[in-house]
Amino acid sequence: MSFILSQAPPAGPVSITPLIVLAIYLCLLLGLALFSGKFFRGTSKDFFVASHSIGPFMLLMSVFGTTMTAFALVGSTGKAFQLGVGTYGMMASSSGLIHAACFFLIGIRVWSIAKRHGYVTQIQFFRSRFESSGLGYVLFPILVLLVVPYLLIGVIGSYRVIGPLTKGMFPDFFAATGGAIPSSITGIVICGVVLTYIFAGGSRAAAWANTFQTLVFMAMGVLAFYLISDKLGGLQAAIEQANPAHLVRTPSELEVMGKSGSFMRDIGISQITFLTYMFIPLSVGMFPHLFQHWLTAKSAKSFRLTVIAHPLCIAVVWVPCVLIGLWATGVFSENPSEAWPASAKGILGGLPDSSVGAVLSVTLKFLITNPVIVGLVTAGILAAIMSSLDSQFLCLGTIFTNDIVLHKAKKDRYSEKQIIMIARGFIIGIVLVTYALSLILEKQQNVFDLAVWSFSGFAALTSLVFASLYWKRATKAGAYACVLTVAASWLYFFIKSGGHEYTVGGVMPVAICFFAGAIAMVVVSLFTKAPSQETIEKFFP
Amino acid sequence: MKTAVFVLIVVVFGVLHQDFWNWDNPGLVFGSIPVGLAYHASYSVVAAILWAIAVKFAWPTRLEKWADGEEVD
Repeated sequence: MSFILSQAPPAGPVSITPLIVLAIYLCLLLGLALFSGKFFRGTSKDFFVASHSIGPFMLLMSVFGTTMTAFALVGSTGKAFQLGVGTYGMMASSSGLIHAACFFLIGIRVWSIAKRHGYVTQIQFFRSRFESSGLGYVLFPILVLLVVPYLLIGVIGSYRVIGPLTKGMFPDFFAATGGAIPSSITGIVICGVVLTYIFAGGSRAAAWANTFQTLVFMAMGVLAFYLISDKLGGLQAAIEQANPAHLVRTPSELEVMGKSGSFMRDIGISQITFLTYMFIPLSVGMFPHLFQHWLTAKSAKSFRLTVIAHPLCIAVVWVPCVLIGLWATGVFSENPSEAWPASAKGILGGLPDSSVGAVLSVTLKFLITNPVIVGLVTAGILAAIMSSLDSQFLCLGTIFTNDIVLHKAKKDRYSEKQIIMIARGFIIGIVLVTYALSLILEKQQNVFDLAVWSFSGFAALTSLVFASLYWKRATKAGAYACVLTVAASWLYFFIKSGGHEYTVGGVMPVAICFFAGAIAMVVVSLFTKAPSQETIEKFFP
Repeated sequence: MKTAVFVLIVVVFGVLHQDFWNWDNPGLVFGSIPVGLAYHASYSVVAAILWAIAVKFAWPTRLEKWADGEEVD
């Protein structure tokens, strides 16, 4: 983004209509979420898990909206632009299979146990299953530290959308950014809107808002796809002008001509990377915010639609985004077709790998001239981002309140009102930390890389939840060994990579961390004392 | 038995996901969608069908009843 923003502002006035459309969208969203607050029952259970009242459609929309973030819309387009056609198979089709498997094999079982025994958080579940209060104190910082990068990709993703969109709109106010709204203001608005509706109605408001936002981003993704393909002369013409090197997965190096000279870019994906990337979608099995969404379900039957429709929803969002990314390789080349705007020439040809997250918004800006449409599609991208942020903020407040503050407190020490206030206070703290970090890191990190590291940590921990549900012999010591092994191996690879994309001879680190955690769980459990009969009966009906 | 069959099917799906035969195929389906993308988009549809079958034939009815407070055998 710094590359784009550092260019001179465009000549002539830039319409602020897209920004007005965005403002209207945000007002509508706030109105809907505040209305949902009328159903708030004032209890902490209602604030945290909507009193288990969410039906099938809203569960599908909120779960899908939560798993699809800047990663799906902004990241997928940029990744397809960067690597080529393999992006879809690497992340989307595997997610369709594995996410649904996690909902079916983990989600329904967790919901049943949590409902039967009254758990509100993931940590309560693990503490009880592994008969260990201390495990919660080990898991809490790990979960928070893994969610924070996930939050960052959302907030930074919004900067990468709003920056290019508003460039040239306010040259007198924001000269340093070429007239674009600075990230500091975008962050305040996005976080402020999300905070407002979470505070209004907790989990229910998040579910309502997510349903609305998921419908918006799916519809706007399809609209963007249609309009861009139409602008490029139809589906056939659009793909024909794309750089053909991006149509296959065979790894190769491509010389890219940038504004400051040529450089080499790796494209394609190796077989082993593609295979081991399949571990990443396992992350949904351990996302604490998804765990919380599962608990909002009215009944186990509410999961049916989510399990079946999730792979289809993924296809609806990802296929258009990947195609737009492929088309962009032709549009923004050194020699674009005569039919494309002259302004497109070379704009992205020389974009460094760390900035490809801006591909979608810049493609829109250069090809779609109708400001209302640009505003609507941008609203769709923000919808995808915010529908994840809300659940993550809420979940961090929930686990802090329940697993740290209330865990050792005597019953009735805090009133329902005080419990909700504590949750809100922690959420504000997390928002402030996320906001500060996003401003520090926005120019250094690729959105997609941060997401993969966050997902890798959660995915590697999935062996913990799977063993807790399906292996009676899984012990407290095994759980500690699993968590600590995953944390240590993840940290090792993260430090070694510098936070960027990294493989070990083509193997994704997540696969190594996952197996290390699973082996630690099995070996240590076999050599330590089995769980009590009472626990077995409680968790294995 | 049902669980074993579904585990086997999921493993087969895992293998089908690694479509090495499409790796360097630059062809287009319907002249507009790269083969590698069309294959995996179809894979998503088939995955949805797989899970619909799982919901129909392997639904954890007993667990559901237990969660609702009913006594189960």
